[in-house]
Amino acid sequence: MALPYYVSPEQMMQDKAEYARKGIARGKSIIVLEYADGMLLLAENPSASLNKISEIYDRIAFAGAGRYSEFENLRKAGIRYADLKGFAYDREDVTAKSLANAYSQTIGNIFSEAMKPLEVEILVVEVADGALPNELYRITFDGSIGDEKGFAAIGGQAEELRLYLKDRYQAGLDQKAALRLATQALEAVSSAKIEPRSLEVAVLERSRSGRKFRRLPQDDLTTMLTDTQ
Amino acid sequence: MHSFFDSMVPGSSFFDLLRQCRSDLLPQIQIKLDGLSQAEIRELKQSPHGTTILALKFRDGALIAGDRQATEGFQVSSRRIEKVYKADEHSAVAIAGVAGPCIEMAKLFEVELAHYEKLEGVPLSLEGKANKLSQMVKANLPMAMQGLVVIPIFVGYDVRSGEGKIFKYDVTGGRYEETDYYATGSGGKDARSTMKKLYRDRMTEDEAIAVGLEALIDAAEEDVGTGGPDFVRGLFPTVKLAAAAGLQDVPEARIREVCQAIIDRRKLAERGV
Repeated sequence: MALPYYVSPEQMMQDKAEYARKGIARGKSIIVLEYADGMLLLAENPSASLNKISEIYDRIAFAGAGRYSEFENLRKAGIRYADLKGFAYDREDVTAKSLANAYSQTIGNIFSEAMKPLEVEILVVEVADGALPNELYRITFDGSIGDEKGFAAIGGQAEELRLYLKDRYQAGLDQKAALRLATQALEAVSSAKIEPRSLEVAVLERSRSGRKFRRLPQDDLTTMLTDTQ
Repeated sequence: MHSFFDSMVPGSSFFDLLRQCRSDLLPQIQIKLDGLSQAEIRELKQSPHGTTILALKFRDGALIAGDRQATEGFQVSSRRIEKVYKADEHSAVAIAGVAGPCIEMAKLFEVELAHYEKLEGVPLSLEGKANKLSQMVKANLPMAMQGLVVIPIFVGYDVRSGEGKIFKYDVTGGRYEETDYYATGSGGKDARSTMKKLYRDRMTEDEAIAVGLEALIDAAEEDVGTGGPDFVRGLFPTVKLAAAAGLQDVPEARIREVCQAIIDRRKLAERGV
């Protein structure tokens, strides 16, 4: 019989948290900005096919940083959750808040019960209808959930990005200005020039009818970013 | 793991997901006729029916249209029911049959296509969409055997080959591609006769709309289950176009104008002018 061993819960949680933080810190960062007519999500992502940003439902988008296979599973579970809920009730009844709570529960349970915590940090964003405020939830590896205003950042350099954006972010930016600010923030924290082709950018545009999510194509990114210089 | 993950099923089909996790939400309820009285069976079979739906190809894509009336036996149950539904950015489905299951199938099909697109990151091919619809019609077969028939027409613009396509179905889910035009539902035969005479290869958008509406008006004249353009209430058939730019609704004002022109021309012809 194997000898029973004892590790205090505090020690175990600390170890898990440290493990998860290290995993996430290796990844690149993602920024979300609210702008006048929607929300902009921007990730540094050299891959053209493995997405970090995705559509979940009509008004809701998802961004994941950390281990790809893990946030990809979360992303798919989120789409299934949202589509089932929207089909059972109504499309209007699918909200970022309930989705973020479901994520928080799942990630939190895995953190406390499983041997290995998830090395992910995710954002759930919802663009509001009309005058209501947008919703922006950040969920970390231990399942803790926070709602943010204006901007949010996750991933390796999230802390630096938040500091940078705190001073420079203003409400009511237009789409181009938001893209420019997000790119500048990434450039500032990595102190290197970032090429448009290594960016993955998507927007939730309030004015679109039906599904609000739209990826900004590479050509548009290049023009929008070179225009401003 | 947690229940959020319990709903995990392999694959990207919403229909399969629903079957595995929430089979209570599936459109096909098994109805046992044995326990029902004659009156109840009659009631069930008389639930609101559509219709005439049609599709035809034109130079830039494909058109799909349907009238707006649902009937219960010899009564009109609704004058403004919708039979043509947007399926995604490039395709649409029109459904004839018992209104309840028809509407539900159209809704499920729309979710199915978006679900696949979101999970996989790319939309299904047009053939893939047509196949998926075929599976859904086939799954409805037990209900169809009890009189709750659902027959769709599917049109879409095939981005890969750069042309519009029309798919028709039978009650068993059999899927057949049509080269020029097709119509089904209670007035389908009349609409097909009209299109047979007026259809030409490579029509313009305007010509296609005129032919589609002419066929629907003919169907409404001959078939009691099909509603004609209603100038009193301002109700007109639904027409959608699938072309390279995406799926578009033809505005009601334009449909009204074309219907008016057709009827004016017929009035003149009757007076022998």
